[in-house]
Amino acid sequence: MTTLTQTSTQPRPAPAAPLNAKKKPFNLGQVWVYVVALTVIAASVGPVAYVWIGGFRRTADINANPAGWPDPWTIDSYLNVLTSNRFWGSVFSSSLVAIGTTAGVVILGVMAAFVIARYTFRGRGGLYALFAAGLMFPVTVAALPLSIMLRDIGLHGTFPGLIIPQVAFALPTTIIILVPFLRAIPNELEEAAAIDGASRIGFFWRIMLPLSGPGLITVGVLAFVNSWNAYLLPLLLMAAGGMPQDLWTLPLGVQQYSTQYSADTGAVLAYTSLSMLPALAFFLFAEKRIVGGLSGAVKG
Amino acid sequence: MTVTQAAPPPVASDTGPAKTQTRAPRRKPGGNNGRKWLEIALFAGPALLVFISFVIVPVALAAVYSLYNWNGLGPLDRFIGLDNYVRAFSDPLFIKAIGNNATIVIASILVQGPLAIAVALLLNRRMRGRGLIRALIFVPYVLAEVIAGLSWKLLLSPRGGINAILEGIGLGHLAKPWLADPDTALWVMFGILTWKYLGFAILLMLAGLQGVPEELHEAAAIDGASWWQTQWRITLPLLGPTIRIWIFLSMIGSLQLFDMVWVTTKGGPVGATNTMAVYMIQYGQGQYGYGSAIAVILFVISLIVALVYQRFAMRRDLAGAITSGVR
Repeated sequence: MTTLTQTSTQPRPAPAAPLNAKKKPFNLGQVWVYVVALTVIAASVGPVAYVWIGGFRRTADINANPAGWPDPWTIDSYLNVLTSNRFWGSVFSSSLVAIGTTAGVVILGVMAAFVIARYTFRGRGGLYALFAAGLMFPVTVAALPLSIMLRDIGLHGTFPGLIIPQVAFALPTTIIILVPFLRAIPNELEEAAAIDGASRIGFFWRIMLPLSGPGLITVGVLAFVNSWNAYLLPLLLMAAGGMPQDLWTLPLGVQQYSTQYSADTGAVLAYTSLSMLPALAFFLFAEKRIVGGLSGAVKG
Repeated sequence: MTVTQAAPPPVASDTGPAKTQTRAPRRKPGGNNGRKWLEIALFAGPALLVFISFVIVPVALAAVYSLYNWNGLGPLDRFIGLDNYVRAFSDPLFIKAIGNNATIVIASILVQGPLAIAVALLLNRRMRGRGLIRALIFVPYVLAEVIAGLSWKLLLSPRGGINAILEGIGLGHLAKPWLADPDTALWVMFGILTWKYLGFAILLMLAGLQGVPEELHEAAAIDGASWWQTQWRITLPLLGPTIRIWIFLSMIGSLQLFDMVWVTTKGGPVGATNTMAVYMIQYGQGQYGYGSAIAVILFVISLIVALVYQRFAMRRDLAGAITSGVR
């Protein structure tokens, strides 16, 4: 599997280098790549590992030495969190909101992006600019008027009352990422489909959607992660709307827990690390699909 | 305003027949125009409706509230004109917050951008454990800002993990109350943000790199180009659109920074890490008219930055996009 990428890290670009280098098992450039990769990984994962490992320590030990190794290992903090209703309520709530938001924004987003990417019409630039301008509309600006609106239509403090505004605020990013994806699909394909008698809609369903799979997965993952991690909108639309505390999303729940039990560092660390887990598991799973999808599309 | 542009009269669509012909020769120009507009309405309509109702309208309402002295509950009847805006711009704390946002915008582009491109170039190759490496680099981005912020707050507290580690390896003189020192708190905050968002930048760059055909690299190698020459002359220019979009997203994100600061420092110490959004929540609660004025200022600043950037940096991307579907 040693191909160009290896040979091209050779310092001297002698014309014959590609052939020679193919026989080498590895070279210095490749080692250097691994050193950089490991450094970046250590910096990325280190703080997370600290929180996880800290959850296995007793609070008294943490206070005595904040950077120590667990001695003895104890899973009491983790067990306490895992047997509490509020943790599982938060997991349920975060899942429901994130799935609803993702489904909504991917469906609405790909439809709008299709029009912007593949139709010629007056106002297309304006339409794109309108959604792009949405990137500059901070959630904070809209939050209170939004909660008043939702109160008037009876959705304040409900799941749809959080999901629909989150879809609305996720649309700009989704559309801006999807438009280039849909645009990159060659016109020849569309022409061929037209010659074969497919309508625009038929082209959308049969060719556009399957080919834009990687793009859809990318925006879907982004929407899911953003919803899962959202703080301000849940705070103002869910907590302030009277949703019971057991059904607050995880970020709200963690923040609340860490304020409530701030003296018990071990418990806070355990709650924090367990809150990371669902998003991490989802992403580790989805990341493979992203990379697989992308390379599949390229090598196809 | 822009909304009206989205639904112009159907007849006007074929302004330039010549232009339509040089474009991809799709459907007959002028053909079934009604059907085209129906499709456009059906496809873009739902997104537009949700977006306008739940983003544009509330923001417009905030602009109205900013002209009132209003606590968010009673009737909206104490009109005070631009007083809220005057008050904001005469508060040194708010000016400081704008400066902090600007610092983070510039530092992010100068530090995170090159770093992300470098890492993405390194990882965009066949190597053992590539999937795992990529996944691990994305870990910070996956975490909620609240969770990441709480973790860093514990790590960086005077009696936290970082100082304990520094003492453990004999660098105890470097230990300090990281987030409590007004001189360095903003840079510590920037470090946390870099840790948090580098993964996203790398993700975007890697996706962009997938769009650079491998044949180009092979052709360059055959022509005797070195690895550096290939990256500099071929990969980077082709990565241009991705880089420009990342800069755009990064700038807007930096201007609207809230969660991380709110969870770790609440803008302190003495406003050292304050941002516009944090200031807005701090001073806007209970005085909603004033908070709305801050929101409008934040919005206008973001808008100007974005428009100027789009005009000068992203023009090529957008122009190419609109004038031809083919590259």
